[in-house]
Amino acid sequence: MFLFRLKRILKLGIKSLWMHRLRSTLTALGIIFGVSSVIAMLAIGEGASRDAQAKIAQLGSQNIIIKTAKPTEDQSALGQQQTLTEYGLTYADADRFRDAIPDVQVIVPNRRFPHQAQYRTRRVKVEVIGTVPWYPEISNVQVKLGRFLGDIDMQYKEGICVVDEKLVNDLFAFDDPIGQSLKIASDYYRVVGVSTEKTSTTTSSNTEEKDATGATKAGANLGGIYIPLTTVKNRFGETTMQMSNSSGRTLERIELQEIIVKVFDIDQVLDTRKSVETLLKRYHKKTDYEIVVPLELMRQAKDFQRIFTIVLGSIAAISLLVGGIGIMNIMLATVSERTREIGIRRALGAKKRDIIFQFLSETLILTLFGGILGIVLGSLIPYLVTYYGSMPTVITGSSLTLAFGISAAVGIIFGLYPAYRAANMDPIESLRHE
Amino acid sequence: MIMQKSQKIAGFKENMTILKMEKLCKNYYLGSVELRVLREINLTITSGEYVAIMGPSGSGKSTLLNMIGCLDRPTSGDYQLGGQSVSELNDDQLSMIRGTRIGFIFQSFNLISQLNVIENIQVPMYYQGFTEHESAEKALELAEMVGLGHRVEHRPSELSGGQQQRVAIARALANDPLIILADEPTGNLDSTSGSEILDILNRLHEQGKTLIAVTHDEGIAAGAERVIRLFDGCIDKEEYNKR
Repeated sequence: MFLFRLKRILKLGIKSLWMHRLRSTLTALGIIFGVSSVIAMLAIGEGASRDAQAKIAQLGSQNIIIKTAKPTEDQSALGQQQTLTEYGLTYADADRFRDAIPDVQVIVPNRRFPHQAQYRTRRVKVEVIGTVPWYPEISNVQVKLGRFLGDIDMQYKEGICVVDEKLVNDLFAFDDPIGQSLKIASDYYRVVGVSTEKTSTTTSSNTEEKDATGATKAGANLGGIYIPLTTVKNRFGETTMQMSNSSGRTLERIELQEIIVKVFDIDQVLDTRKSVETLLKRYHKKTDYEIVVPLELMRQAKDFQRIFTIVLGSIAAISLLVGGIGIMNIMLATVSERTREIGIRRALGAKKRDIIFQFLSETLILTLFGGILGIVLGSLIPYLVTYYGSMPTVITGSSLTLAFGISAAVGIIFGLYPAYRAANMDPIESLRHE
Repeated sequence: MIMQKSQKIAGFKENMTILKMEKLCKNYYLGSVELRVLREINLTITSGEYVAIMGPSGSGKSTLLNMIGCLDRPTSGDYQLGGQSVSELNDDQLSMIRGTRIGFIFQSFNLISQLNVIENIQVPMYYQGFTEHESAEKALELAEMVGLGHRVEHRPSELSGGQQQRVAIARALANDPLIILADEPTGNLDSTSGSEILDILNRLHEQGKTLIAVTHDEGIAAGAERVIRLFDGCIDKEEYNKR
């Protein structure tokens, strides 16, 4: 019997709504736009969030990245007198990390600097990365062809290199890079492997604008060449000498551009970060380093994205609220328009409850119909945004459920009052109503 | 025919009081002014009776009709319908009584415009929990009884006044009420349609239905067994028509 009643109520509701098609459609539009904007906003927010997190995750959540940074006071106070500035991380630092911090799984000291590379007649600017054979352990760089650097290469300071896919495109075009030689400065390096594109240790939010190591900024969009650290020491010297961009005259000397420390477990990251900082403070007079913890960045990004999503969601929710008020308005008009029908039904035995259900169901049908169309439209918008705006968007199941739930809630909340008013009309009065 | 006969016999057998009002009063308040619309009405109606309630405007006819129809509650006094005291019932119970014991026929037909003939007749049954199938079957039967079996799919706006009133009569019969309560049933009709409606009402009376009609129409009064004349909220005269 309940099912029969439900069916009957729905049939009746659809019938009355169908009688005022234009009005119903216009009313539902409020909900349609509300729901679709909720879904679209959340999809855009979620897309941006995942995008940022994927970028950070590339840096490795178990990693602590210590980078050389030009100390700020250096430029103003000493820049003019000294022509040679020496700062940054040292090999000694790397050794100290290894010896003093128990949680360290891997330490990778890197030298990164931009340089010109030449293959046959073609020349491009590349980022030279002097590193160790276990570099792939701390990054998501994978070897596509050939092999990565080996222990033997380190030991014998071999003139070999691994190039990344971007450089392959830039430099080798259609040639098979393996076994070819390319020239950096005055030395030749034989290509032994091709890796996936290098990950920049710069994060978009953080250090891009800084001119600290030169490498991070300038190297961000360059192809990468991995050369054994020992080879780099041998051929480019123990330190990197470079002209400071800012004052032009100063010469800078940097031993290591970065040290990447990987711990065994994610839980150890923050503690290890503290130990690293303490160690560095003890041996460095100036703050000529910078510690980047991808895990922290990831958390910050998450927090930020959550706020972003809440803001977007609230804006959309307000439009849904406005839609709900529109629905209530129309339903109140409908109720007063159908006063006589209410009186008739009451005279024929309808209880207040029956009248409430009748009008509530009409509102619900309207909002659910609006909700479903809103979901369709709302799923289409992120697709278009991704297609034309090349912004990543992610529609999550929870956002669909949320939007649908909200539209149902709007239907109930904004339908209750008109329905209640309808039910509480005096039957005698409403029968007399013209 | 067989059904009609049996109903008539049943009507004779249970020649009992179905409506009883004792010292029923209804007051309205217009601001601080008390309006005594009904004053100590005593009324008893037995099953199978055909009663016409007449009286000039403002005599309390409509209020009495609302009382009988359980649309309103008396200020004081007792009202018993089918052996049950109505004065103390709550809103839901009153709805229940209206739905099962009273069949309303209105002056302006009061059909629901978005429903067709069958659906209109189904409305009272729907609130009593009939299934779609049961109520549709019975509605069709009733529509045929009032001579509208061929127009069941029509909307009220597609019917003449007389036809609409016939639908309303069929609707009033849907739940086999104790009383059929007609409020000026011919008031909005031309004389031909009006007499058709009167014929149907007379036929219902012959079948043993209890009819109460509030009217100005002396034609209805002439057909009724008993005429109650109201004046200023009191029963002024009661007349029995000889048959």
